[in-house]
Amino acid sequence: MFQTPRKQHRQASAWALGLGLLVLLAFASFASGSRTIPLADTWAALTAFDPSHDTHLLVRELRLPRTFLAITVGAALGLAGALMQALTRNPLAEPGLLGVNAGAAFAVAVGLGFFNMRSPYQYMWLGFVGAAATSVLVYLLGRAHDAGTNPVRLVLAGAGLSVMLIAGTKIILIGGPDETITAYAAWASGSLQGRGYDVLPWVLGACLLAVLTALPLSRSLDSMSLGADLGRTLGVRIRTTWILGALAILVLAGAATAAAGPIAFLGLAAPHIARMITGPTHRRLLPLSMLLGALLLLFADVVGRVIAAPAEIGAGVMSALVGAPFFIALARRRKLAKL
Amino acid sequence: MSALNTGPARTRTLALGPVRLRYRRRTVVTGALLAAAAVVLDIAGMQTGTIALAFGDVLGAVFGQGEGKTLKVVQKIRLPRTVTALGVGACLGAAGATFQSISRNALGSPDIIGFTTGAATGAVAQIVLFDAGPGATALAAIAGGLLAAGVVYLLSLSGGVTGGYRLVLIGIGVGAMLAAVNTILLAKGDSDLAAEAHLWLSGSLAARNWGHAVPVLIAVALLLPVLLGLSRNLNQMEMGDDAAQALGIRTERTRIIAMAAAVGLTAVATAAAGPIVFVALAAPQLASRLTRSPGVHIGTGALMGAVLVAGSDLLSQRLPIQAAIPIGLMTGLVGGVYLLWLLTRSKQV
Amino acid sequence: MEDVLSGRGLTIGYDGRTVSEHLDVRIPPGSFTAIIGPNACGKSTLLRALSRLLKPAAGEVFLQGKDINSYPTREVARQLALLPQTSTAPDGITVADLVARGRFPHQSLLRQWSEADQQAVDAALAATGVQDLADRTVGELSGGQRQRVWLALVLAQDTPVLLLDEPTTFLDIAHQLEVLRLCRGLHRTGNYTLVTVLHELGMAFRFADHVIAMKDGRIVAQGSPAEIATPELMKEIYGIEALVIPDPATGGPLVVPLEPEDLGSGGTGPSRGHLHGPPDTGAPRTGISPQSGIPAPLTEGAPA
Repeated sequence: MFQTPRKQHRQASAWALGLGLLVLLAFASFASGSRTIPLADTWAALTAFDPSHDTHLLVRELRLPRTFLAITVGAALGLAGALMQALTRNPLAEPGLLGVNAGAAFAVAVGLGFFNMRSPYQYMWLGFVGAAATSVLVYLLGRAHDAGTNPVRLVLAGAGLSVMLIAGTKIILIGGPDETITAYAAWASGSLQGRGYDVLPWVLGACLLAVLTALPLSRSLDSMSLGADLGRTLGVRIRTTWILGALAILVLAGAATAAAGPIAFLGLAAPHIARMITGPTHRRLLPLSMLLGALLLLFADVVGRVIAAPAEIGAGVMSALVGAPFFIALARRRKLAKL
Repeated sequence: MSALNTGPARTRTLALGPVRLRYRRRTVVTGALLAAAAVVLDIAGMQTGTIALAFGDVLGAVFGQGEGKTLKVVQKIRLPRTVTALGVGACLGAAGATFQSISRNALGSPDIIGFTTGAATGAVAQIVLFDAGPGATALAAIAGGLLAAGVVYLLSLSGGVTGGYRLVLIGIGVGAMLAAVNTILLAKGDSDLAAEAHLWLSGSLAARNWGHAVPVLIAVALLLPVLLGLSRNLNQMEMGDDAAQALGIRTERTRIIAMAAAVGLTAVATAAAGPIVFVALAAPQLASRLTRSPGVHIGTGALMGAVLVAGSDLLSQRLPIQAAIPIGLMTGLVGGVYLLWLLTRSKQV
Repeated sequence: MEDVLSGRGLTIGYDGRTVSEHLDVRIPPGSFTAIIGPNACGKSTLLRALSRLLKPAAGEVFLQGKDINSYPTREVARQLALLPQTSTAPDGITVADLVARGRFPHQSLLRQWSEADQQAVDAALAATGVQDLADRTVGELSGGQRQRVWLALVLAQDTPVLLLDEPTTFLDIAHQLEVLRLCRGLHRTGNYTLVTVLHELGMAFRFADHVIAMKDGRIVAQGSPAEIATPELMKEIYGIEALVIPDPATGGPLVVPLEPEDLGSGGTGPSRGHLHGPPDTGAPRTGISPQSGIPAPLTEGAPA
């Protein structure tokens, strides 16, 4: 709505910078990994694809989908976090509150431990199911539709259920052979390794649906942030907004965790940083949260490949190591909004 | 007729000579019941094991009477284990109540100041990188936890005041970084050591002797009274720093002493049994719902924590499952179930 | 006689934003002082500095002639009570328990309750008219009721100096009068000094015997209500045109704000409706100025 020219300019620059960085990082992502591929080859792989060239194959089959997945998952988590904070009016909320991470982890552990599943594709479906089931349970137990007025219940329900599921997960791991633990640990570090075209379309599709559901909620979220009473008199249908919003969070966070393993902290940090640039208007906040989430995760993924080559450090882990110092610096300068 | 002498939930005064103490009947009754439950669970716990013992025998053995074998088993093996369980539960319950009051957040726990994750980092690093034995692990855990808590505290100081909100945010940030470090260590380490680290991370009461129990008892004896004494101040501070200061409370000083005591209790508990943090979150919440009184629940929180841990330990020993479920996971299951049950029952939060 | 509370050379503000600089203020003992001024002029900031809640960047605050920081904070709490603008009540606390919290400065770990505490709380509940609410939870009360409960807490604290930050916001007129009459009652015993920040000018001039007028962080004027309630000062402080007439009920000054349409050609003068009683300036009623296009003398009382 009303913005000073200076603020508009600042936002336009932020978007230009962000998109530019994204493109740069994408190229870096194509080029880096266990084998560094020179940029000329990377460009050739994209434009003049030669299936006999193994570097071209590497770029096309592995790095391209991986890069897009990183962007999608990062954007999904950024959006889910912004939605969660808006719905609960709690600046400390993150998508994991609905128990998504714990549910996905439990399902993956069951698959690993009892059915010997090992592929990212299988993890993805396990994760979807686990995350969905858990979120629905938390939603019902926590009476989430009341959470606009009283989020304590939802938060406690999420914490209670999460802890039980995590305990269950650990029981399965400890009871099983050592290789279960190693396989699980690899998934749990939030790794994008080996995520190819089998995983990407599903995740992309799910996130697209969720984004289309969530973005139109912007105006309702703005009014809801004024408090339940004022929101209602301004014509917001609180229950509908909550259900749609929670559904979007569930799909976004569930898909992200299912695809890449649990990635904490990004859903908390990205919206806060975005809010510094756009202010609290959700029409601008939601898209920028997506952009920042994507940037952060892609950056983390690239760094994780570069500094530990030829092995790699999972993107989920790296995003916390990279994002947290930034977040702490902001908190110290009291730049983070109280909502 | 005084306006205060009405209603069932009133606060009464106990007069002992010149001393006057305020109490609520429901809180005292709840506390007494919890204490009784803790004792019963304690003794039942001592009855369990490879040698089943009768209630009377156990009771006698605690006080030094009975035949040699029973006496030895009870006094050298089972008593220290149950005492450790009770003590650890009490430490964590009181610490959790303190942090929840200070952070004014139902999710407050020693982790808001990054302590638990730091302790985990210390222990996991020790196990995976150095593998110097359980004593070293315990020390590394305490060192890691205190270091993390100290860093969070210092980072959140600005103009001599931490400000509750800033403290929580920085605690989350530092916790996230340390959690990432832990994940890396667990993923990169040798799979045997990683499994051992996972085991430590789940908490354990197995093979706990007096070497574990005594430090916990000392911590409870020294630090719990400090927190109990501060609870009046903490209660006033829940009205906001302004109102509390206007009534003559030095809020920052109270916060520092309370947090230090709570961190101390958590450190000792973690050294004795590994991280069993859910107790710190659940016990105060359960206590507040049972007593239905406002304010910080140090005493009842501690008792509830003791009951939770002792009960979980008993359950894990009595379960017909072969594998021994570590105490940390058991308290997670039991505490989680109880919390969810309470949530579904009550209309009000 | 020395002032019970005073500030000298105070520079106060928040987070790098200075609200007042080199401020001198004196509260005469036994007075009922009202601090008035437009929004964000520094009234609450001054009150918080005087109650030692806000540390001044420069200058000192004196309580009974001594630097307020030289007293242990609990001793200050026995001399001086503050009703802040907003406070949070802990979840589930009853009215009686919340008011009892005001006795904290008079209690200790081993003496957590006494007869004196009982009496003080009972008196406070009665004085603010909330005895019937004693067992209710604070959370379920209306805004006005809650305000009276917080006031009871401050009264229970039983201090010779009372600082009240906007104690009458949220209260209906009957309760506003009740609260301020309570304050006047305390004032008249001669044992209390009261300082209140008030928005309602009418109430300030009716009840206070000393008025401090602030604007932009400075004290523009201080004195008795009659000295402060002048059209010139109202213009300077609030930027409004006003008429000051004797209050028909009390005889004290009554400020009547004037809107631009009320200003006739030839100066201030009432031109709408009837007035009972002579206008302050003695000017005859005039019609509205021709520019507004509305005709002629309105002695019939037609609305503008």
